[in-house]
Parts: sequence; C-alpha cells; structure tokens
Amino acid sequence: MAVALDEKEYFYGHKGCAGCGGSLAVRLALKTLGENTFVVVPAGCMSAVGFVYPQLCFGVNALISPFASTGAMLSGVAVAAKALGFDDVNVVGFAGDGGTADIGLQALSGAIDRDDNIIYICYDNEAYMNTGIQQSSLTPYGTKTTTSPAGEHIHGSQNVKKDMFDIIAAHKIKYAATASIGNIPDYIRKVEKASKVKGAAYIHVAAPCPTGWGIASSDTIAIAREAIECGLWYLAEYENDEYTLNKPVKNFSSIEMYLKKQARFKHLTDEDIQTITQLRDRKWEELERRINRG
Amino acid sequence: MTMTNTSENQKEYQFVSGDEAVAIGVKLAQPLVVAAYPITPQTIVVERLAEMVEKGELNAEYMYVESEHSALSAVMGASVMGARTFTATSSQGLLYMAEVLHYASGGRVPLVMMNANRSVALPWNIFGDQRDSLSLLDSGWIQVYVEDAQESLDMTLAAYALAEHPEVLTPVMVNLDGFVLTHTYQSVEVPSQEQVTEFLPPFNLKHKMDLKAPKNLFFTASPQHNLGFKYEQQQAMLKAKEVIETIDQTYGEITGRKYGGLIEAYKCEDAERIIVTLGSITGLVRDVVDELREQGEKVGLLKIRYMRPFPGDEIAAVLKDAKAGSVLEKDISFGAEGTVFTNVVSATYGINTKLTNYIGGFGGKDIKKEEVVQIFKDLEEIIKKDIHPSYAERVKYIGLEG
Repeated sequence: MAVALDEKEYFYGHKGCAGCGGSLAVRLALKTLGENTFVVVPAGCMSAVGFVYPQLCFGVNALISPFASTGAMLSGVAVAAKALGFDDVNVVGFAGDGGTADIGLQALSGAIDRDDNIIYICYDNEAYMNTGIQQSSLTPYGTKTTTSPAGEHIHGSQNVKKDMFDIIAAHKIKYAATASIGNIPDYIRKVEKASKVKGAAYIHVAAPCPTGWGIASSDTIAIAREAIECGLWYLAEYENDEYTLNKPVKNFSSIEMYLKKQARFKHLTDEDIQTITQLRDRKWEELERRINRG
Repeated sequence: MTMTNTSENQKEYQFVSGDEAVAIGVKLAQPLVVAAYPITPQTIVVERLAEMVEKGELNAEYMYVESEHSALSAVMGASVMGARTFTATSSQGLLYMAEVLHYASGGRVPLVMMNANRSVALPWNIFGDQRDSLSLLDSGWIQVYVEDAQESLDMTLAAYALAEHPEVLTPVMVNLDGFVLTHTYQSVEVPSQEQVTEFLPPFNLKHKMDLKAPKNLFFTASPQHNLGFKYEQQQAMLKAKEVIETIDQTYGEITGRKYGGLIEAYKCEDAERIIVTLGSITGLVRDVVDELREQGEKVGLLKIRYMRPFPGDEIAAVLKDAKAGSVLEKDISFGAEGTVFTNVVSATYGINTKLTNYIGGFGGKDIKKEEVVQIFKDLEEIIKKDIHPSYAERVKYIGLEG
C-alpha cells in the first residue's frame, strides 16, 4: 500500500542530533497524518530539541506535557475535540521509552482503557537519551549506560527489555503495532492505519540514537534494519484479539555482528551474547505460538 | 438526597452538602469536559456530576481518569482546545498533582478545581485541616477559601469568571473544609441558568489551539526569557485583585449575594481585638464575636477569602487600628509557624498591632467555642500587660490535650 506523504514539513528546524531516529519517527508520522493534527510530547528529547521559545518547530498544534502524563493530556485533547465537534482530526503523542514504559505507563494505560481517540507513538531508543544515556526498562540486557556501567560489578543493564507491545495488547486495544525506522514504508502504513482507528491506537517504533548507541550518524537506518534481521526486533500488529507477524524472519543474521557495531555493547562477552541469543529465541517461540498466520 | 423548593418569587432553594453545592455550581457553568478521580471527602462532587451527565442535565464529556496527576493534565489539554473544564481533588491527591499545578499556572490555563481541605499523611487521616492547599501557595494558583455551602456554589461560578478573565488567565482552586463543609447540609439558593448566563461569559480562550493558526504551547523558556514570563504571571495575579472585587460586585447585582471580595471584615470598625480566619472556622468565630459584642466587648473578625492573590494591603488596613490580633489556622510550616500567620505578619510589617498565632483543628479536631473565647481573652491580656511576644512565644496550640 502506497501512502502519499504530505510534502509540507511539520517538524522542521529542530536541534536534534545528526542521525536522530526519534525525530525521523516524528517527522514521518506528521507527514503521514497531515495538518489537521494535534500533538502532545512530554519532557524529553523531542521537546528539548524542538520546543524552546521563541524557536518552536512544530508546524501543527502541539503541547509539551509533564513527563508522566502524555497519555492523560492526549486524552484531554481528544475528548475536547469530540466535545467541540472537531471531525477528522488526529490526536497523536510521541514519547520515548522512558516516558512510555516507565514514568508514563500509568497515564498511557488509562488513556487506552478509556479508548479515547488517540494515537500514541513510542519512539524507543532504549535509554533516557535526553538526560545523557541512563537505563530505562526498555534498555536491553547487557547495555552500557551511564547508570548501568560495564564494569566488574554491574556489567551493563541486567534487566530483560519490557515488552510494551504485549502490555498494550493486553489492554484489548483497538490497534497496536511494532515498527522500525529500519522499515519506513511499514511504519508509515501503520501510522496511516492507526489514524483510521476510532479509539486508541499504539505504535512502538524502534528508533536508534547514534549518540547513545555509539554508532555513526549515517548508520541509524541500517542498524535499525539489522536489529530486525537478527531477530532482536520484530514487526507485528495486534487487532481484533489477533496478532500478525508482518515480516517473518527465516534465517536470522548474526546477533554478534549487530551488537559489536555499537559502542554500548562493545564489552559483551561470548557468554553475554549467548544469553541475548537465548532471550531472542525465547521471544520468537512466544511470537510463533500466538501469531495469526492468516 | 436533595430537596428542591421554589418560593413565591421563583427562587430555587436546595438542601445540599458543600460538595453538592459545588456540583450544582459546576453544572450551571456548563463545562464541556470533566475529569474525575475519587478521594474522600471530595468524591461526592464527581459522583453528583456523573449523575447530572447521566440524566442529561449536564452535557459534558465525563472522563474517569487513573490519577489526580492525569486529571489535571487532561483538563489542561482540553482547556487549550477551547473547552471549559472541571476537576476536583483533596489532600494526597492535591499533592500528587503538585507538579501539574505549577504547569497549569505557568501555561496560563484558566482551570477551575475544587479542593476538599483534608489532613496530609502521615499519620493517615481523612478529616479536615488546611495543610494540603496551604503547602501549595507558591504553585501560582488563585486560592479561595469558602465558609458555607452557599458560598461554595457561588464561588464555583465566580471562579470561572475569574480564571477566564482575559487579564487574569490563572487557574483557580476553590477550597472547602473537609467534612465540616463538604458533608454538612445547608439550604442554598440556586441561581437560575439565566442569571448564570448573564454573569458568566462563554469560554473564549484567545491562545487556544487552532487548526488555521497552529500553536506550540507549554514550551521551554531559556534564562533570557524565563523571568519575563514569571513576571507576567505575577502581574496577572495582582490584576486579579481588582477583577475579584468587580466579579463580586457583578455577582451581587445579579443574584443579590456579595462576599466582600478578597476579605470580609466583620465588626472590625472599632475593634480592639480581631481574630483572622480562613474557611469554615469563620462561622464559629462570627458567633463568638456576636456574643462578645452583646457584652460590650470590642472584638471583630477578619475573614481571609483569598490566600492568593494575598490581600496584604486590605488586611493591614483592617488590623492597623486594632490593638491586638490573632490568626487562627489549621496549618503549620514545621520549624516556623502557621503559614497564614507568616503571610499576615509580612503584610502588616511596620504597624503596631500585636499579633499572635493559634494553630489547631488538625485532622478534623473540633475547635470549640470556649477556645475561641479564650483567644480573645489572651489578646486582652497581651494588651493589658503590653506584652510583645517573641518569635517563639507568639505561636500557641489549640486542642493539644487528647
């Protein structure tokens, strides 16, 4: 399915780092949704790089919410849009992994439970990047961050990345999807689909951060694609109680190759890589069990 | 639970609690979005509003939210879309939304929120004192404290007129003492919808979001611009003082009820001793003043209605001619004194009136009539002996015995 992207820019002139995956996710979503869109962004990278008076770079109506309440402010906007009789508008939130899976989880859960007419997009760069690379609950096992140093005692993050897609699907949401900046047509198709949902929709888009991951700024898309190819990320959808795997992977590429390209994983031992491989295989077994093959 | 009476001149009276009086006020203001989260002793407000929506008396989107933090965030979003809103809270809930209180005032979002004044944990206690809202005086909200159910209803309507005034654009918190006011029943006169329409202009937020002219709101301001925005906020608060008086006047002309604006000075003209109050304790002090006046004692009552903007000049003008005064309050700033007292002392700096502070009524503890009489006696003693209490000596506690 081809989607004609709006030629206008709605997230323009921001001060994001070169190669920023998050800002690309925001820009593409807004080009997909168009000018009749209201945006809520919490405290975080996107507000820090794009929302400093008098240089305000959203070309559509936009608000910064308190860190914990993206979902709640989105709901308020959506409900007011309904009360005021605005037809055919999109109400979209963009929050990072920390803003979504940690501090913002309660408000997001509430908004989905009410089935307010919102699109919530989590751009996942796998750590608190705005404050300078601290661990979040979506930081993968073994990652070196400034709060999970890779030394003798801590050895990088020890948690298993929370599965937000499953958590959101468990709400019986109308539409949820995973996506990646490594597959832009798939992401755009999902944003388009989310905009058609009457009720709550959630997209979890993998969005690498060159600064936090320790990769070249020109490698953002390639590394995101490689995450899919090696099976550490997956593209799926949930609707009507059913899961669909968009891109089944027959033969995974090398996890080690993927990890070793990133400074945040440089310290990993063979044993660590084995653990990560086991985590991946377990995840895929789980996906296989629940996926609708049509 | 409510009884409606319509008297000969078509005035409508209802026998309702303070919480219900607020709900009636909200219904008359016709908000489009209500965010509701339960907490004792506020819950009845949002229950009644749900009933009104269910019956079709109130045509609003009713959001059951997952926390107070979310409640206030949601109505902020709704308000800048151009919708009048309402939410309510109390105590722990108010503290939980503390971050968003600053956010809303800094964003100049004209919200109206009711707060049921309740003690703050630990120890847990669901009954009334005023430590919750007074600990948030600096959050940039207009804070008003009411005395009875009638004032609760009237003030809810006045709060919308005030918050939404183009030169104010500052959120308003209407405070009702928990249980003493929220749960006690009184007969209140309910204004007609026509009267309210005459009093309250439609919601019209100039800086609302607009598809034709998109806005980026709630932004970051660098050191270069930060103080400028905060200065504007302060100017709006100061402007609110005038607007409060005008609104009180207009409301009085339409409904026949006026409250005196920022303060109410009761029998203070020739008073030598004055007790300063906030909230529902005013009623008891008013009775004591009446009784002592009958005995020829020159006593008065100064009711503070607004803690922000603080009526410093107005308070000083009343207290300066008295010989002694005392602030009776249900609050303490640990390591210092009562917060209302601190504010009053600051406002009256340079006048000769001797001032003391009585702290009591915590966790719903009743303040007795004899205790109020005793405050007036203590003040008499201070005047007679020409005592100037030291910083430590001027704070006293009521009801410490178990």
